[in-house]
Amino acid sequence: MDPVRTYFRNIWLALSSIAIGMRITMKHLFVPSVTVQYPDVKLKLPERARNRLYVNIDDCIGCDQCSMACPVDCITIETIKSTPDQDLGVTSTGHKKRLHVPKFDIDIAKCCYCGLCVYPCPTECIVMTDVYEFSEFDRNNLIYNFSVMTPAEVETARVKAKKAEEEAAAKKAAAAAAPKPAPPASPPPVPPTEPT
Amino acid sequence: MELLQHIGLEQNLLTIVLVSALPLVFILLYALVTLYLEMKVSAHIQDRLAYMRTGWHGVLQPFADILKLLQKEDTVPAAADRFLFKLAPFVVFAGTYAGFAAIPFSSAYIGSNINLGVFFIIAASSLVVIGILMGGWASNNKWSIFGAIRSAAQMVSYEIPTALAILIAVMITGSLNLQEVTQYQSGGIQNWVVFGGSLPLTQKLLILPFTLLTFFILFIASIAEVNRTPFDLPEAESELVQGFNTEYSGMRFAMFYLAEYANMFLVSAVAVSLFLGGWSSPFGEALSGPLWDLFWFVAKGMFLVFVQIWIRWTLPRLRVDQLMYTSWKVLTPFLFLCVFAVGLILVL
Repeated sequence: MDPVRTYFRNIWLALSSIAIGMRITMKHLFVPSVTVQYPDVKLKLPERARNRLYVNIDDCIGCDQCSMACPVDCITIETIKSTPDQDLGVTSTGHKKRLHVPKFDIDIAKCCYCGLCVYPCPTECIVMTDVYEFSEFDRNNLIYNFSVMTPAEVETARVKAKKAEEEAAAKKAAAAAAPKPAPPASPPPVPPTEPT
Repeated sequence: MELLQHIGLEQNLLTIVLVSALPLVFILLYALVTLYLEMKVSAHIQDRLAYMRTGWHGVLQPFADILKLLQKEDTVPAAADRFLFKLAPFVVFAGTYAGFAAIPFSSAYIGSNINLGVFFIIAASSLVVIGILMGGWASNNKWSIFGAIRSAAQMVSYEIPTALAILIAVMITGSLNLQEVTQYQSGGIQNWVVFGGSLPLTQKLLILPFTLLTFFILFIASIAEVNRTPFDLPEAESELVQGFNTEYSGMRFAMFYLAEYANMFLVSAVAVSLFLGGWSSPFGEALSGPLWDLFWFVAKGMFLVFVQIWIRWTLPRLRVDQLMYTSWKVLTPFLFLCVFAVGLILVL
């Protein structure tokens, strides 16, 4: 193209594209804004959103599976065996509770919200809620203690469990002192056969 | 000093100082409004909301911003030229404010009714370049000096199209005094210079395309004069870190900012006075009178300021060579054509 035509064409292109741009911006000036004024207005979370963990301690059987599933080890569980004279009741899913849970701590600061702890739980007592506003000034406040046992209760349970253990050990020692019946002869292991 | 005679006051030192401070009051109020307007317009163009939490729809935010700037520490870099560094923002603002002296805000108010009004404005606003160069040089910072040098190059280049465009309006109206230029255009929208002024009909129709083009070019050149996007190369946040005001903080920074906003209105006011009928009502004699005049003048000026904001949030920044190309190879030749054509038509 010859330079004169290029020159005028460039001017025309510049002006027309500016006009298009300004028309677009003017149109957007009157389009309702997309801003959500967050603390006043909140967006609805998706149904399966994963946020803060919650443990319904009444249903916990202390199986420790959530803690083992956790990839960042943010769940710490301690358990004490119950003695036969104690009845800890059943969970809402019908499991019998056999362990005291004196400590069930979740360090939510470490939590990566993967939800892997939720799936193995046999009683569905650990769940992810839709609460996401829980910032703290002190990091220690982000360690959530879910256990409801008082220190006195923990102490009692511990003493009882120790006593039961000692009794069991004593019984075992007595049994060991008594002549041992011959162990039943186990059959030799059978090598697995190829399925036909 | 017309105002003094108008309201029947004696001309003494106190009243002179008071009357000459009126544009300052206007500039401060206008700066508050424009700060707010700029943020709101930019936000809504981008489908956002801008300030919503300080007062109703954030109307108190400009006050909060100014309060923040007031209490900031006034830092001077250790290696800076202290005297020039401290002086620069005031030189810039003084240059802008001097321009307001010759602006007719209303039929009853003009700071100084001098015969060379427009010429004085062009001359006084050149002081802004010196202030910016001063600030950039004294900061002893490579970004600042880059910004200042770009600013000087830009303002000097764009003063030529501005002056030529002003020349065309002066050719039509036959006066450099903005008060007289405005009076020439009074009597309704059809008498505005942008629509050919109050010439006989045939001449008017012939001159119309050229005056429209001239007004358009004057507006482009004036955006470049005030360093606004798309011609904000001297400030260029992304490449020059705010250019000449990189090292400034607190009130001195605010002074630069105020000068920029005041300059936006100054160039709009010149364009309004020369081409859009100044303070004269678009409906002829209806809705005129000193206060209505002020209203029309401010309304027209604010409209052009709004268009400047609108352009700022539409277009990206030009490259340096594109900037020079626009001025020397596009705007100036077209204005030469306009000067020639308008001169020919006026002689007819």
